[in-house]
Formats: sequence, C-alpha cells, structure tokens
Amino acid sequence: MTGRVLLTLAMLALAAPANSQNLAGHQADCRAAAQQIDRDFPLPRVTRALDAKRLDILVVGAGSSLLPGPSGPKNAYPARLQIALAEKLAGVAVKVTTDVKPRRTAAEMVKTMAPALAAAKPTLMVWQTGTVDAMQSVDTDQFRAALENGINTAHAAGADVVLINAQYSPRTESMIALGTYAENMRWVALQQEVPLFDRFSIMKVWADLGTFDLYSATKKLDTAERVHDCIGRLLADFVIEAAKPEEPHGETGR
Amino acid sequence: MAPVTTERDLRLDLFRGIALWLIFLDHIPSNAVSWITIRNYGFSDATEIFVFISGYTAAFVYGRAMREHGFIVASARVLKRAWQIYVAHMFLFVIYLAEIAYVASSFKNPLYTEEMGVLDFLQNPDVTILQALLLKFKPVNMDVLPLYIVLLLWFPPMLWLLLRTPSFALATSALVYALTWWFGWSIPAYPNGTWVFNPFAWQLMFVFGAWCALGGAQRLARWVNSPVVVWLAVAYIVFAFAIAMTWYFPRLGVFVPKFVSDAIYPIDKPNLDVLRIVHFLSLAVITVWFVPRNWPALRSPLFWPAIVCGQHSLETFCLGVFLAFAGHFVFTEVSNRLLTHVIVSFSGIVIMVAAAALISWYRRIERKGPGPRPPAIKPGYAGGDA
Repeated sequence: MTGRVLLTLAMLALAAPANSQNLAGHQADCRAAAQQIDRDFPLPRVTRALDAKRLDILVVGAGSSLLPGPSGPKNAYPARLQIALAEKLAGVAVKVTTDVKPRRTAAEMVKTMAPALAAAKPTLMVWQTGTVDAMQSVDTDQFRAALENGINTAHAAGADVVLINAQYSPRTESMIALGTYAENMRWVALQQEVPLFDRFSIMKVWADLGTFDLYSATKKLDTAERVHDCIGRLLADFVIEAAKPEEPHGETGR
Repeated sequence: MAPVTTERDLRLDLFRGIALWLIFLDHIPSNAVSWITIRNYGFSDATEIFVFISGYTAAFVYGRAMREHGFIVASARVLKRAWQIYVAHMFLFVIYLAEIAYVASSFKNPLYTEEMGVLDFLQNPDVTILQALLLKFKPVNMDVLPLYIVLLLWFPPMLWLLLRTPSFALATSALVYALTWWFGWSIPAYPNGTWVFNPFAWQLMFVFGAWCALGGAQRLARWVNSPVVVWLAVAYIVFAFAIAMTWYFPRLGVFVPKFVSDAIYPIDKPNLDVLRIVHFLSLAVITVWFVPRNWPALRSPLFWPAIVCGQHSLETFCLGVFLAFAGHFVFTEVSNRLLTHVIVSFSGIVIMVAAAALISWYRRIERKGPGPRPPAIKPGYAGGDA
C-alpha cells in the first residue's frame, strides 16, 4: 500500500511541484488523490439500479464514519456521498441510510447487519471497517471470516458491497498496526471480487501533498469536515465508475 | 557433530547488519525511504533474515560453550542472554509509554476520535504495565524481542539435540511448525488476539539457522550451488516480485489467475507462511551464489558499517526501535517532507553504526583491562554477539 502511494506521489511530484504548494493555502482539492481510485470489480446491482433511476445505499461503519457535534451527521461522508451522487446522477433518486456506531469491529457490525439490510433494502452496502479490529488486534483469521460473512450477508440480501479501509492517521501510526488489517481487507476484497475504496492511501496522498494537514493537533472541526466532504465525493465517483457497464480491461489511460 | 568451521562468517554479520537497518527503516511509520526495503518486493522481509542469522550465531556461540563447558553452563549463558533481551524490551516499552502519553495529552483532532480510543489503556496503567511485563501487551513493532526471548528459552534443549542428531532436531522443529499450523497453536496477547510473531512457527527459522551453523550448511552446499536450484530461486523471486506489484497497482491484478490468488492469500506472517520461507530460502541461495564466504570485499571499509552493526545486534536492534520512535516524532512535530524522511533515515543508520562502533571499542579496551588479564575470547570469535 505504501509503495503504491509513493509511486503516485513520485508521479505527482514530477507533474505538479508548484501546484501542491498552492493547495495548502487554497480550497482543498480532493481530486489530488483521484489516481487512487482504480476500477477493479463491477457493481452489477448498482448498474441495474441506475437504469431504474433509484439507488438506495446503506453505509455500515464505525467511528470514522462519524463526525462529532450537532452538525456531524450532516457533514460526515455518508451524507456527503448522498449529495455528491445526487449531483452527478441527475434523475436518479439517491437515498443513503446509515448503520454507524463507534468502536465496532467487523464481527460486531456483522451481528446487526442482516436487520439493517432488511430495513433499508439497499442496492449497495458501503462497509467501512478495519480500524477497531486493528486497535483491538483481533485475530486476523477472525477478521477475514467476519468480512466474508458480512459480504455474503449483503449479497444474500440483494446488495452489492464496497469496502472502505481505515483512515490514514499519522499521529497514531506507531500505536495502531493497520497494515496487516489493510492487507487482509485487500485479500478478501480480491477473493470475493468486491471493490475496495482505499481511503487509507487517498488520505496518505493528501497528507503528503499538503492538501490537508492530518498531523494537526487542532480541536476544530473544519479540516475534518472537508476531509469527509472529499471522501464522500471521491466515493461517489468510485461507485459511479464501478457501476459503469462492463468495458474491456486494457490500457485505457486516465 | 562438530562445526566444520571455527572462524566467524562475516557474511552473517553483514546481512544481519543490513537486516537491522531495514527493520529500522520499516519501523518508522510512513517512511518514504522504507520503499527501498525488501518487504515491498516479495513475500519475506528482514525479520526472516534476522531470525535465521540469530539462530545461526546462537548455535555457533552457545554450541561451542555447550561442547566445552557442558549443558548447564551453556544453558545458563543462553538464559542470561534472554534476560538481557527482556530488560532491553522493557526499557523500550517505557520509552513507548512516554511517547504515547505525550500524544494522548496533546492530540484531540475530531477527525480521529475513533483512533484516539487506542490510548484508553492509559487509564488503567496497572493492568497495562503488568501485561507488558508478562509480554502479553506488546506495542506496535515491538514483537521481535519477545519472540527472540521465547526462542532462546527453548534453545538449550534444542541445541543439545542439534549437537547430537542435527537432522532429528531439525525434523522435530519442522514437526512443531506443522503441528502449529494444524492445531492453531499460538500465544495469547493482551487485550486480544495472539502474538504477532508466533514462536511455535518462527522457531523453525531459528532452528534452521542453528542447524546450518552446526554443519547443515556444508550438507546443503551441493544443492545450494547447483545451477538448477539457483534458477528455481530466481524464478520464485521473480514470481513473488510480480505478485507484489499487484499490491501497488491493483489493475495488474487481472493478470493473476484466480486460482493463484486463491492459493497464495492470505500470506500468514504471524505463522511464518511457507511462501515466506521459500522466498527467504530463494534469497539465501542467490546471496550465497554471489557472495562467497571468503569474498575479499567483506573486509573492505565499504561493508564495515553493516558488519559492525550485525556484530552488536541486540544493542543495534534496540537503538533502531528507539530511533524509529524518534523518527516518527520528528515527522509529526517538525516536518513531514520527503527530504526529512531521507535525513531521518540516513542519520538513524549513522547513529546505529556509531553506537555499534563505540561498543566494539569498549569491548576492546575492556579486554585489555586494567591488569595483566589474558584475552578471554579467542580471535575470530571476538566482537560477535549471539
């Protein structure tokens, strides 16, 4: 994962060294990390839902899908995802519901997943996980089993799945061993043929380019809100890209 | 069976020194320079090299002690070493506590409310410190020394067996490894999960190193030097490299057939996956092919910095863990530019070399001593730790 980030950075550094200087002072440009979005697996149910002009999404997640404060729900990425999708998908009724509570491991989220899916009847389940498992050093076999379990539950309920991995959190990096859990998520995504939204690498690029100061010890919410806004927008692009009707793989440059 | 060689193999010190540098670079979170380390280009990483060479040198040093002074004396020395490592580990733990207590008091970013939960254990330090003393609570990147302690505790009977029937000893070790995979043996960690490096699995690498030191390497020589084996090793390394590239460029993943990815993932680092062992062996075969034992360059000043670090591995390793903490602190508090990464990485290695050189110097003057004390340690064996 790190290597991929670095290669991207190397390309960006060659392309736009001056640009990154400006970004820090100006409005954040989330697109700086758009290279991190790679179409790998399709979302056939979403493709059909877009044809039918109606897209229901359930976001299942833990604390990093939330923002604190009274306007938190409005500014956290699930709400931003709904706004971004509605903007980009004119004529499609987009509705995002959430099943988000802090401090939940993947296995704990799976427990409430079936009723949440039955209530929301989504076409797509966006599943953010991995952070709490890493913090509690949950056994990686159990972590993988929980991921597979959750993906199967969603598929059985008629929903496509997008996985979201942990946030890049530079201050706590020496305390939370995210690497193993990120790798295991990647492997499960690969084996289950589920797209993985690589939030970690995206935020890493932002931090390295100075798009956002993720090292900051600030208590203010403004950066956090902008980060969630960008995550919501990139996630919308990611879903739309993955839901595009199948096209041949190849050297289609970007 | 007696070791065929008596002089220390400088290649061991060289590659252990390099492994220590790589471990240091990998342990600084987000370090751009860690891009150069081998874990990015295949299945195994510097840990395998470190554990293998540690097993090799432990057999070399304590094997001689066991033959000359008997089981009890050699075991006592092994246990003393394990105690030293335990103390070193606890010292590093205290530094770690200081670092995270600082983070806990200074960092309240609302973006990371969830992540800050990892600091909750500071609210009951009694439990945390006790669990750390029991080696059950281990901070990130502080798993190698506890592994080393357990490997050494198990080493005296293993060494006894290795000195008598080396092949049977190696087979025993492989059996324990296989049973570990079969029954899922592991050591529990606090608050959850198991040890990051499962000693029941990783002992195989350590014992294999010891077996090589006690004559196994000579027996393998015919195989290791065969061109067929070398080409197989090259092919495997190329395969591992190609797979590693799909980790960084997911779109390359379409070229990996599903049955291959189903077969290789997950690559189990805690239990020393077979893919990792084979990758390490392939690297070893190629290394031995290109770097002969009596290669004159081993005595050149170019390789001295790595060799001196490899000769004082415990001190260098601990210093590396501390420097990795310090490096991360610099990234968070001072600057996170690429240039900082390069400077921090390079200075860290220079400090490790300087410290190892200082320890060598101390050993030399202590050996000369205040009085007319005869040199206690034989030449060739000098300066090297187990």
